[in-house]
Parts: sequence; structure tokens; C-alpha cells
Amino acid sequence: MTAPKTLYDKIWDAHVADESEDGTCLLYIDRHLVHEVTSPQAFEGLRMAGRGVRAPDKTIAVPDHNVPTTLDRASGIKNEESRIQVDALDQNARDFGIHYYPVSDVRQGIVHIVGPEQGWTLPGMTVVCGDSHTATHGAFGALAHGIGTSEVEHVLATQTLIQKKSKNMKVEITGKLRPGVTAKDITLSVIGATGTAGGTGYVIEYCGEAIRDLSMEGRMTVCNMAIEGGARAGLIAPDEKTFEYCKGRPHAPKGAAWEAAVAWWKTLYSDDDAHWDKVITLKGEDIAPVVTWGTSPEDVLPITATVPSASDFAGGKIDAAQRSLEYMGLEPGTPLSEIEIDTVFIGSCTNGRIEDLRAAAEILKGKKIKDGLRAMVVPGSGLVRAQAEEEGLADIFKEAGFEWRLAGCSMCLAMNPDQLSPGERCAATSNRNFEGRQGRGGRTHLMSPAMAAAAAVTGHLTDVRELL
Amino acid sequence: MEKFAKLTGVAAPLPLINVDTDMIIPKQFLKTIKRSGLGVNLFDEMRYGDDGSELPDFVLNKPAYRDAEILVAGENFGCGSSREHAPWAIKDFGIRCVIAPSYADIFYNNCFKNGILPIVLPQEQVDVLMKDAEKGANARMTIDLEAQTVTTSDGESFGFDVDPFRKHCLLNGLDDIGLTMEKVASIDTFEAAASAARPWV
Repeated sequence: MTAPKTLYDKIWDAHVADESEDGTCLLYIDRHLVHEVTSPQAFEGLRMAGRGVRAPDKTIAVPDHNVPTTLDRASGIKNEESRIQVDALDQNARDFGIHYYPVSDVRQGIVHIVGPEQGWTLPGMTVVCGDSHTATHGAFGALAHGIGTSEVEHVLATQTLIQKKSKNMKVEITGKLRPGVTAKDITLSVIGATGTAGGTGYVIEYCGEAIRDLSMEGRMTVCNMAIEGGARAGLIAPDEKTFEYCKGRPHAPKGAAWEAAVAWWKTLYSDDDAHWDKVITLKGEDIAPVVTWGTSPEDVLPITATVPSASDFAGGKIDAAQRSLEYMGLEPGTPLSEIEIDTVFIGSCTNGRIEDLRAAAEILKGKKIKDGLRAMVVPGSGLVRAQAEEEGLADIFKEAGFEWRLAGCSMCLAMNPDQLSPGERCAATSNRNFEGRQGRGGRTHLMSPAMAAAAAVTGHLTDVRELL
Repeated sequence: MEKFAKLTGVAAPLPLINVDTDMIIPKQFLKTIKRSGLGVNLFDEMRYGDDGSELPDFVLNKPAYRDAEILVAGENFGCGSSREHAPWAIKDFGIRCVIAPSYADIFYNNCFKNGILPIVLPQEQVDVLMKDAEKGANARMTIDLEAQTVTTSDGESFGFDVDPFRKHCLLNGLDDIGLTMEKVASIDTFEAAASAARPWV
């Protein structure tokens, strides 16, 4: 009888290619996802050292951060630096023979949406990408985390990563969610409870009835923001929903290979008496629709609350909260639902999947956005966009007054022309509300797609339950 | 990689928690395809006004700290994005060592890959070092990686922990890929076994 293991322990053990006496391991990487921003220096490093890509078949590249999302993008990228970066990825993909989805391909999109959509991401795999939101792929029970560019080069050259094992943390969401509460509210509420450093040094496994009840899209939203809680990776044990999602995808196994894969995937769960270094439990019914008020993802409150005061906090957070309130231009005591917005952004690797667009469209159906607002939907991939058009969602957005864009990271980090101006306030479905994240001086409130749609209708942060 | 052994230099105080990598190097500077030249944009939005002029109150713009080689900061330093442009910018500015009570994982890891030593010390000791750093250019701290100590300008010394493998790599300026390539036989063996066990991967 072997010792009980967590899901993380099982995936880790299945991928250790070498272990030194001090516990430093070489972890074998099954899938390496690559985008244009964090890879050029890595490919350059390979060239300078005369090295190749060890496993081009396990390496998948797609440009997403810099690409324009306006309908005229076929005419080329106007910003020269952005264009050079995307051209460099084109060239590197060709030179090193890796899988590639260029801007012109309908399958192009945000790397963390394309990977699962194409069946590259499967349960039990190790997945890395030079992007912190790689945690997204943990929704499949894959060990997935973000890496720096030096590590991108290391994985390209050796297909391994030098790693020491993290600790195990269990985040359990019990019971059922109430109406109007979504995966985004779960993940933000967990960060609100643990803080942005609460998960540092851990791999989180999310479990409990409320997590089981989520779709694969919802599970990806939850795992996506594990990094915002400080954890390098978030995991959810695979189940029938996971297998159903993967089945038939272009790069998922077929026939006998599929059966063999499912047989192994069914062993991927945490044993009952496995050891946890830290456990957090939230009741699903206690989670409300939430928004952020400050400049850290831990600054989370239910939409029914008021803007806090710096004196509500302790230690270094007092100064941080004061700085946030000034940056955000908010007065303590103001009801959050009275905060007026200028812009609405629906998209990103957190909430740019079909279910997110359905949830937003459900609120917007037959309604118009508030006069004077700027609102845009940026689907997470070309295929999400096509499906939304087929389902009639695009028409709902357009009739409501939203811009209907092409796929990319867009205003989540504003590397392309989609940016906030100084002082502009945005209801965003993305993942970071840092100072300047969406543009210098821009003010970001994070929330779910349904909440962002509700804010678009009223022109201020709004409790979506009033519109249900 | 550049070796790191011993460093005596000016330490700049940045008493903020949750300093994120968007603050360290804003996204408009991620469009480069090089590693060098980012130092001028380190902390860009805190360091320069809308018209590009220096904001005199920001620590790295003060005469005493323009040549700082050490940065003392609050907890959870380097949170957010995985961008290695953050340590590249820090290094390019001339900072070789950061001292804080805690770091985000990816940033912490990225520092070691670039010859930067991120030191973790308890909050009380960071508070002492922050006060020392606030004294300005004449107060020079000493970092000794071999001995694993930080010494203030007054001679007060604190020991710190560092992973032995990472210490070895920093002291000797070793390249990770070169080290891993020495274990290529293990990788070959693992790859063959894994591909037999999980042929669908």
C-alpha cells in the first residue's frame, strides 16, 4: 500500500525525470505554450548557443498579447514594435518547426483558450507557458504554471524545468451557489479571503460541490486566477465533464488511445487521507456577486458593500489601501453600486470563453448600454467568436451597443491599442486591477461577465441580481 | 550569467507591499525582443510624469539613490505577471539585490536566472534595513552571499537562508541549461518510458 497522495503529488511523481539529493528535480514538460511577448529572447538564446527545440511536437505557439482586435487587422499591425514581435514569433515558429496558429488563422486566440480548445491541454499533463495565467489549464487536472523567459528557453532546449516541489493547499467550496453568482465570484472571493500572497509556495486544488457543479469554462475561470492568490498552479480533479470536453478535440487521443487515457485520468484525484499543508473552506451560499474596489485583486467586496477606509486595515495594507483609494479616486463609505463607469471590457483568458459571452448576452438581451459608455466584447479565440455569432450572441452585443471585436488579450493588459485613458474607469472581466494595467492612470474594477453586462446597462457598478 | 559573491552599495527604500511587475516594468516596454536597455524604464509610471519628466519624490530619482545597487521593499514583492522584463529592468538599472519579507514565486525564480539575489528576511529585520536605507548615500549595506549575511551601515548583521543549489549557481555564474544538458541521459530515459506509458501525450 503506497502512501496517500494528492492530485498534485500524483502528477508530480509521474513527471520527475531526475532528482538531486537536495530535492531539486527536473520536471518533464508535456506541453509548452508560447506567445510573442515572452519568447523572442528565449529563441534568440537558442540560436546563440546553437541549440534546437527538443520537442517541437509538444510546443505550440500563438500570438495574442499584441494583436489588434479591430476588424481591419488583416491589413497588418500598425505599431511597429508590436509588429516586429509578432513577426519574430512567425519566424521562430517556422525556423524551429513548432505548431503555430498565425493571426490569420480562425483558431488564433488567447493562448490559454486555444490550448484547451484544440485538445492540447489534457488531464494529468504538465503544461507551462511564459505567462502567469497558465494556471488556467489546471481546470483539466493538468499541472500548469507560468514561467519566465529564461525558463522558456530551458524548456525549449531540454523539455524540462528545474523545480522543487510546492506544498499542497486545498480550497473547498461547499454547497450550491446562489443565483447571479459565478465562477468569477468564487475565485475573487477566495483571493479576498486568502490575500494575494496566501497561496505563495503552494499548488491549490479546488474542490467541493460548487466546483464540481461548474462547467469546464467556469473551472478554467477559477484556476486562471490561482496566480492572483499567489499560487503558481491551481488544479481541479478531472471528471466526466472534463472527459466530455476533451473528447473529439483535434489533438485529443482517439480510439484505443482515448480509452487508455481515460483509464489513467480516472486515477487522478486526491486520496481521502492525503496530507494538506493548508485548507481553506468557503460556503457556496455565502458567496455574493463581488467587485474589486482597489488596485490589488485581494481588494474584493460584495457589490452590496461600501468603499472601505484605509483605517479598516492593518500593517502595510494601511498605506497600500490609501494609495489605492487615491489612485482609484474613491471616497470611503460610498456604496460600490453608486460608482459610475466609462468603459466595459468583456474578454480575457479569465472570461473570454463561450459561456462568459452567453452569461453577458443573457443580461443584455433586448437592452441598450448606457448613453456615452464605451463597451467592447473581445472573444477569447476566433472559434469562440464564430460560435457566438452562430448562437446569435454577437447580434445581442451589437444591438446593445457593444463593439464586437476579433480575438486577443486586448484591454486586459493593453499592449495593443485597446487601452484606458488616465482617470477612465472600467468594469472589466479580466484578472488584474493593478495601477496602469489597462492603460496609464486607468481605473479597473474586476467582476464577472454578467456583472460587467449589468454595469454596461446602468452605467454604474450594479448588483446583477436586480436585473435577473 | 554574471556571478554574485559580495556587494557593498547604496540601498534604496521602497516601503510598499504588493509591488507588482506592472509597476516594475509597465507593458509598453514588453514589446522589445532584447533583454537589455530596460533600466531607464524601471518603475516607469512611478518615476516619470505624463510629459516624461522625472518625478523628484520617487526614490530612484533622488540624488542619494540614483546609483542604488540594493532595493529594500515590502511583502509580496514582484506579484502578478511572469514577465522576466521585471528582473531585466532591475538589473539593467544596476540593482543586484532585493530585500523583502516575501516575494511572488515566479519573480523570485526569475531573479536567480539573471544574477540578482532576492533575500527574504522577517518583517522586523526588513524594518531595520528600511530605516538604514532611508539614511541615504553614505549608508552603504553589505551583502555577502557566501556567508549569507546582510550588514547595515552601522555594522548590524542579519543572516538569511538561500537554496544551496541556487546559491551555488549564483556564486559561480552557472547557466541552468548547460547544467541540465549534463543530465540529458536521464531525460532520454524518462521520455522513452513516459511515451510508452502515456502514448497519447
